Amino acid sequence: MAHAVAPPLPSDGKPLVSYTIIRMHLIAAVVCMLISMTAGFLYSLQFLGYYPFPDSELFSPGHIRLFHTNMAAYGWLVNGFTAVAYYVIPRLTGYRVLGEKLAHLIFWVWQLILVLTLVGFCLNKAQAIEWGETPTGFRPGTFEMNYVPIDLLIVVGAVLLIFQFFTPLFKARDQKFYVTLWYFTSGFIWLALTYLMGNIIPEWVLPGAAGAAVTGLFIHDLVGLYVTPMGWGLMYFFVPMILRKPIWSHSLSVIGFWALAFFYPLGGVHHFLISPIPDYVEFGAISTTIAIEVVVTTVVVNFFMTLRGKWSALYTNMGIRWFYAGAVFYFLTCFQCAFQVTWTFQKVIHFTDWVVGHAHMIMFGTFSFWLYGSIDWLWPRIVKREWYSTALKSWHFWLSTIGITVMFLTLTMSGLIVGFMQKGLNPWSDMITSSYPFWIVRTFSGGMFIVGLMCGMYNMWMTARSTKEYDEEAHYIALDAK
Amino acid sequence: MERFYTFFFVAGLGCFGIAFLLSMVFPWMSLNEYHGMDYQTLEQLAATPSAEFVELQQSYPVRFEEVYPGGVTSENYAKALQLGRDLYIGQACFHCHSQFVRVVSNEQQRWGPPSEAYEYMNALNQPHLWGTRRVGPDVARLKGRHTNDWHIAHFINPKNVVPYSVMPAYAYYFDADGTPHEEGFALIAYLQWLGTTYNPTH
Repeated sequence: MAHAVAPPLPSDGKPLVSYTIIRMHLIAAVVCMLISMTAGFLYSLQFLGYYPFPDSELFSPGHIRLFHTNMAAYGWLVNGFTAVAYYVIPRLTGYRVLGEKLAHLIFWVWQLILVLTLVGFCLNKAQAIEWGETPTGFRPGTFEMNYVPIDLLIVVGAVLLIFQFFTPLFKARDQKFYVTLWYFTSGFIWLALTYLMGNIIPEWVLPGAAGAAVTGLFIHDLVGLYVTPMGWGLMYFFVPMILRKPIWSHSLSVIGFWALAFFYPLGGVHHFLISPIPDYVEFGAISTTIAIEVVVTTVVVNFFMTLRGKWSALYTNMGIRWFYAGAVFYFLTCFQCAFQVTWTFQKVIHFTDWVVGHAHMIMFGTFSFWLYGSIDWLWPRIVKREWYSTALKSWHFWLSTIGITVMFLTLTMSGLIVGFMQKGLNPWSDMITSSYPFWIVRTFSGGMFIVGLMCGMYNMWMTARSTKEYDEEAHYIALDAK
Repeated sequence: MERFYTFFFVAGLGCFGIAFLLSMVFPWMSLNEYHGMDYQTLEQLAATPSAEFVELQQSYPVRFEEVYPGGVTSENYAKALQLGRDLYIGQACFHCHSQFVRVVSNEQQRWGPPSEAYEYMNALNQPHLWGTRRVGPDVARLKGRHTNDWHIAHFINPKNVVPYSVMPAYAYYFDADGTPHEEGFALIAYLQWLGTTYNPTH
């Protein structure tokens, strides 16, 4: 029986999708994730007083923190989503990407950006934009050059990506697009616009509070208009394909997409509430953020209704397990968001570990889980070998799931305690000493992520070296067994 | 409807544009209207060197003369402020110290008067350094809160003066006897500047 997994061949007989480039991006992605997690782990040791390089300027804890967030965003997520886009877009449109050589160029440009970024951080060249610390190459707020202009390289990289992927999308402009392509088409445009806006306007155009409104929008849009659309795009692609049934409701898909596109970017200012930014802008951001929660519920309901009648896939298919665990975390994060965005909550929890817990649950618990799920599907097909070990896959899943749950709980608790202490005018020492036990737990839960990822990476390595050919039929028989 | 151009123009450009208008253009316009803000350049900010900068020169005259030939001048003060801010950004200080005081959670009692928009209309707040996390205290009103000596002891090892501190040591910006390097001078000059733009009669 024909499963919809073999790509249709274009008339010239050359393959539609190049697996080499997908493999390269996936390997780069997991390596970046390992660097990012290791950096996060080391940074957490600073809070416990066990930071291993206390006398090093190059590897100071501040620099390591920048390694952590930037490698997660621009290393792991961008490489991972690009790999998935190479697999998905030609399949859904029926056209190849612009070029094989261009693909290699983009790959190496992007890895060069990452290396130069890390070197720049060590040399104190970071930019003062949260989540956009990649060096501009200029002294802050001036045009005095002091380093490689990496921001410019990133724009070049993003434009090349747009040429690469918009070729098939544009050729298919007369087709009716599938949901995944809605998210991918808009997501790439949003990435380029967001990056330009967030890195140029606060740096050179608007100082102070007006610039802060833009950096808030930048932090928000990078998550909401690049990472989220890419994540939902791959959910809409992989879940129906693995389950072999359509998404439950097309109408809910439409509502989900358009409400995200309209409401999400309006919430940017909620990163700086009760600040010198005008109140009406803050209230606008708060109400649209709460509106988003309603929409998120419709999307999550849509996916769980799709799973109805196929619950056994949660046991038999690791990809589905990653995707739905991620969806649960997504719902929890957004539900939390609808409350924490109000001034009532902000008074207490802003500036505390609560926000750190929130950020980890969305970036790791949701989007990293969805990429792990995609890797579970892609990797055996890319290297044409059966997964080496099911046990290692389980270790990876459970260490990550238990780890993120524990990390979220511990940071939320310490955030609440510290928040009320700030309000109660406790001496500052109370906040450090009362956070300490929670920080110990945080370090251990982060260690669980790393061990889990190492299980996954070892499994990928052994799979690629294995001699057991991948068997598509066996995969579906296993999926239908229960 | 569910075609390329819809997602390119309506979602990709249109929705982004609306948000850009509401979150950037509007706040910028109303901030200008209500605060009548004048932008201050680095030269204007550094016109009068601070007392703390003079004190650094008096405490470490030999090293100060090496680093800042000509002594306490506006040019040297501007140079110090700029480098101090570069280091504050480069060492990611803004990820653990905020630079704005809110009107809630009794923050006025702890840190001083709430921050206002005009305070940030200057070259040393472009881009702003508000931060989103307070592991350490807010530094928006740091000027004069501690002495230069306190800052030097604190940078060499924060536990010297704050026993419970989890802040990293920046001893590599100072000699073993506490004499600052150029970076040390700059960091202290910058920290002792924070809060200068606040004007109680504004």
